[in-house]
Amino acid sequence: MNLTATLIFALIFVSVTVLGFFAARWRAGDLTQLHEWGLGGRRFGTFVTWFLLGGDLYTAYTFIAVPALIYGGGAIGFFAVPYTILVYPILYLVFPRLWTEARRSGHVTAADFVAARFANRWLGLAVSLTGLLATMPYIALQLVGMAVVIGALGFQATGLAGDIPLIIAFIILAAFTYTSGLRAPAMIAVVKDVLIYITVFAAIIAVPAALGGMSHVFSAVPAAKLLLPVPPAASLGSYSAYATLALGSAIALFLYPHSVTAILSSSSAAVIRRNAAILPAYSFVLGLLALLGFMAVAMGLGTRPEFAAGFARFGTNYAVPALFLAVFPSWFVGIAFAAIAIGALVPAAIMSIAAANIFTRNIWRAFLHPACTDAEEAGIAKLVSLAVKIGALFFIIFLPQQYAIQLQLLGGVWIIQTAPAVMLGLFCRWLNGWALLIGWAVGIGWGTAMAASLAFKAAVYPLTLFGTVVPGYAAFYALVLNLVVSAALSLLFALSGRRATALTGEG
Amino acid sequence: MKAPEDTPSGGRTRLRWLLLAPFAAMLDVGSYNRIEPALAGIPFFYWYQLLWILVAAAIIFLVYHREREGHRESDGGGP
Repeated sequence: MNLTATLIFALIFVSVTVLGFFAARWRAGDLTQLHEWGLGGRRFGTFVTWFLLGGDLYTAYTFIAVPALIYGGGAIGFFAVPYTILVYPILYLVFPRLWTEARRSGHVTAADFVAARFANRWLGLAVSLTGLLATMPYIALQLVGMAVVIGALGFQATGLAGDIPLIIAFIILAAFTYTSGLRAPAMIAVVKDVLIYITVFAAIIAVPAALGGMSHVFSAVPAAKLLLPVPPAASLGSYSAYATLALGSAIALFLYPHSVTAILSSSSAAVIRRNAAILPAYSFVLGLLALLGFMAVAMGLGTRPEFAAGFARFGTNYAVPALFLAVFPSWFVGIAFAAIAIGALVPAAIMSIAAANIFTRNIWRAFLHPACTDAEEAGIAKLVSLAVKIGALFFIIFLPQQYAIQLQLLGGVWIIQTAPAVMLGLFCRWLNGWALLIGWAVGIGWGTAMAASLAFKAAVYPLTLFGTVVPGYAAFYALVLNLVVSAALSLLFALSGRRATALTGEG
Repeated sequence: MKAPEDTPSGGRTRLRWLLLAPFAAMLDVGSYNRIEPALAGIPFFYWYQLLWILVAAAIIFLVYHREREGHRESDGGGP
């Protein structure tokens, strides 16, 4: 075990825990109200929202998985960069409006808005269930990120004993989320982001220096991995795959419950617009991080005997931890690994709060106990946030990691199907709630079928259009069908409704 | 009570169309899938996309700056 690194890691982790509990007193509010516990009282200004959204969207798993994808697959993994570029014009144009609607009507979730706008609680339920299903595996993935760094610290025990550090970390997470609500991840996000920035800039300076410059990094990478393969005849090949992966992921990102929660917790629509301009700072860090994947290739980490066990256990996800172990002194490894582990705590906390908000507001209160008081509502939400995290923990400990990754892939296919109701719903009043519900079902059905045909292993489906193969992100294709169905049925319902009122003479 | 977005022109500018530029640039993958010209040893494919992070952020900042006046009154409290 790496003692210095483990000590520094533990020290930072403990300090952050204290901070999490202390957060309950920060800008204190009545934590028995759902919007106080679950949205931090809608009081976060530009900078807190920047840290919160940054900590929320650029998760530990992102920091492990994006470089891992580059390390294993080369250029295609870089789609994370155009993805995070396209996300912000969408944020700027669409989501300040969601904030305004939510503030005006006291909405806490996207499903609240959808159910109210279309006066259709079943559509609200569909959006709620999609959000819950998409969030659960995402929380489990954060544990994967944390498990990788804990493993890299040198905890070699197998079986349940090997999971003890992970279990401790999650008990801590559950406790401070329960007491402090969204204030805890907001405060911790500041620490996490500072640590991540320090780590990434240190790596991006130290590694090329050790290798003799960036040109040595790229010249060590096999030519086939350096660029996307040029599409063969009668196919758009990797180009359409890369473009639709970026666009589809960008559309999906702010539909995730944890994104909506962070957006609605800001103090004004202007805070969201301002953040659309300053959040790309994180994208830049992510872009640099992605290049660490190539640096791991250039250093030949995969063939070094000291990392063989790690790569065997965690696959390409071990690339970044191995790189840090190879270039940093142990005390800095402790800081870097702590940054990644805390980077898992922040989104996991926000995700569990978002899931709790949805369950309580849109399922418990809307369908099961309409008479419950506001204090009961907040109490249920706290309990649900615990249940969600315990579920994620069991998932990771008792099921193969691959399940979480495959379910998260499906989660992307599903969550994007709420785009017509949530995003277009903000602008188009002519859409019909039932039409959107049918479109949603069709999109979920076809998207899942495409994923199943790929054995849930890949997201890129080879669609054939007029004799040309157009490989593309299954979620994106399913969304297009969903949009066509939603719009066509809305028009049809409007026309038949007009005819019906004309016939009965009520119009 | 009306949000700024509910009025046809309030806060919006024609500069908004610039927000489409990142989509046009990034979705035309064939236009940047090449090595040369490399910059400080980094192939074009990589530095070009990294550069677009900054360009897109600058565009959003510009649009935000222009539209700020129109939004200021009705956005409600907060800094």
